Amino acid sequence: MGVRGLLKRVAFAIATIFVAITINFFLFRVLPGSAITNWARVPNSTPQLQHLLKAQFGLDKPKIDQYFLYLNQLFHGNLGVSFANQQPVLGNLVAALRNTIPLVTIATIIASLLGLWTGVLSARRRGSLVDHASTSVAVVLYALPTQWIGLGFLVLLGRYLPSAGMSSVFTFTTPTPWQHFLDIAKHMILPCATLVLTIYGGNTLIIRSALLEIVGEDFILTARAKGLAPRTIMGSHALRNAVLPIVTLFALSFGYIVAGTILVEIVFTWPGIGSALYNAVVARDYPMMQGGFLVITVSVIFFNLVADILYSRLDPRIRE
Amino acid sequence: MSVVVRTQPDPSAEASSGHLESVRGMLRERPSVVLGLALLAFFILVALLGPLIEPYSTAAQSGPVYGPPSLRHWFGLDDGGIDMFSETIQGARISLLVGGAATLVSLLIGGTIGIASGYFGGVIDTVLMRITDFFLVIPSLVLMIVVAALWGPSVTHVIFVIGLLLWTTTARVIRAQVKSLRERGFVSHARSFGATSRRIILRHILPHVAPLLIANMILMVANAIFDETTLDFLGLGSASAVTWGTLLEHANDRTAVSYGAWWAFVPPGVCIALVIVACYLVGQALEDSLNPRLRVAHISTKFWRIQQVAQTLRSAEPAGRGRTGPLKDRK
Repeated sequence: MGVRGLLKRVAFAIATIFVAITINFFLFRVLPGSAITNWARVPNSTPQLQHLLKAQFGLDKPKIDQYFLYLNQLFHGNLGVSFANQQPVLGNLVAALRNTIPLVTIATIIASLLGLWTGVLSARRRGSLVDHASTSVAVVLYALPTQWIGLGFLVLLGRYLPSAGMSSVFTFTTPTPWQHFLDIAKHMILPCATLVLTIYGGNTLIIRSALLEIVGEDFILTARAKGLAPRTIMGSHALRNAVLPIVTLFALSFGYIVAGTILVEIVFTWPGIGSALYNAVVARDYPMMQGGFLVITVSVIFFNLVADILYSRLDPRIRE
Repeated sequence: MSVVVRTQPDPSAEASSGHLESVRGMLRERPSVVLGLALLAFFILVALLGPLIEPYSTAAQSGPVYGPPSLRHWFGLDDGGIDMFSETIQGARISLLVGGAATLVSLLIGGTIGIASGYFGGVIDTVLMRITDFFLVIPSLVLMIVVAALWGPSVTHVIFVIGLLLWTTTARVIRAQVKSLRERGFVSHARSFGATSRRIILRHILPHVAPLLIANMILMVANAIFDETTLDFLGLGSASAVTWGTLLEHANDRTAVSYGAWWAFVPPGVCIALVIVACYLVGQALEDSLNPRLRVAHISTKFWRIQQVAQTLRSAEPAGRGRTGPLKDRK
């Protein structure tokens, strides 16, 4: 892809983020009925803090000035102060994201590998029992609500594995880093498994159909006529071409998963970005809600951009 | 010698019988569609009959707290000793209502934007498609959560929040279809006879996209029910309404797990899954038979949005550029 194409895509992403920020501002502060007219009103805070917030965000100025001040503060990483814990919103969000990223990354990798395996298997034996079984399982998993799968895991395995939070409380001992790591890993099993099952269904179906589309092409017939082994045909002919939609899907679904994790995090009270957003909704913590929406939206747009760039890198037909 | 100008016969009449034929063919080809239709019919019937077939009132306790499934209470009892079977039936009512109403809202928006964009083209198309791209890219569920939280919990709000954010794929599919339709002979014939755009859209374009709209609608219902379940699960639906989403929420909030009361959340979850699978089977088969070129475009309704983006990327490039590019270089 040429520099021009790259720039065009980056420009679209930046424009999208800008629109999202604007919507975010107007949604919370200008639309009739938006409850947060004065977000300096942090409960239990000092008058100094309230005064500072009022000055920073120009809360006594006209809305249009407030908008530019908001952009300015945002640019400097100031997203206001959380109503719930009187801490800067950005710090809260970064801490939450740090807990979400490992969960999502591990789940995505496992679900992708599993999906690739069963997707290839059922594309290779189209119409066989294996294909039908794998497709049916995928459709059912895809149709089941995420929170339902999570609750099911809790009832089935909640007795054997930690079911809430991210780590245990070590009352009498100080854990070694290794113990701490193991503890977190154990806590991660159930939420991760839930997320894997949620993503896996869609992945399998997409990989299968991406492969089937390519298997119908003439060059596969040629390869078969040449007497190539089915394994070679699948591996270096079909899969290599199917990699295009698959890579796009994975990069894009990563963005969606960040949003979809909300349900998993609520069921397992995992202290990530989803829980942060949910708690903000429950506590009417408007600055946190606004910040959470912004962070999730920006990350999704970012992964869209990555997918977009990858897509045109991998497909020479699209290069400019 | 007089010249008789003859208009082409209105193709919508043939088209509808053609559609009927293709639908019949689809039923033969895919028996799973019958299963999907049967499931949908079943749930709609349950929702309609609702109060008549609920064995117990959902307002009063009818047995022990978290009583397990028994002959008297098929699906057991919830944390308030309320019959789960009755609650699941009542849940069908509101969940299907919200799913259907939200879909209608999104169909209206998506259909209008898709037709306007595809028919008029030019600046209108560019502007509308940029807006669509924006809504396609931002995580709609998160925006739904924020808007619903600011707007306050209520069933009507949930319907509009979902409907207002769900229309993107409809707009894209319809736009593509309308774009190809407007190049067809009968449209230019109608135009040459001085038909207004309004007349062409209402009399010639709409009948042709209607079947596709219906197929799209069935797929959208699955999405709407998914989103509705999530919003209700987060406590953003009406607090008093019994829906499948709120049943799941209560099971999560109120110690159902520590009681091991799986019956408090299994029935609504299974119902959601059945409705979504049914919509998926029927909607996808319908769309495939109506528009074979779309066959690859959506593998599943939820990830369909993603595929759409991928397609958008592909179609954003002028067609054939890849092939002509190298040739030009060689020159």
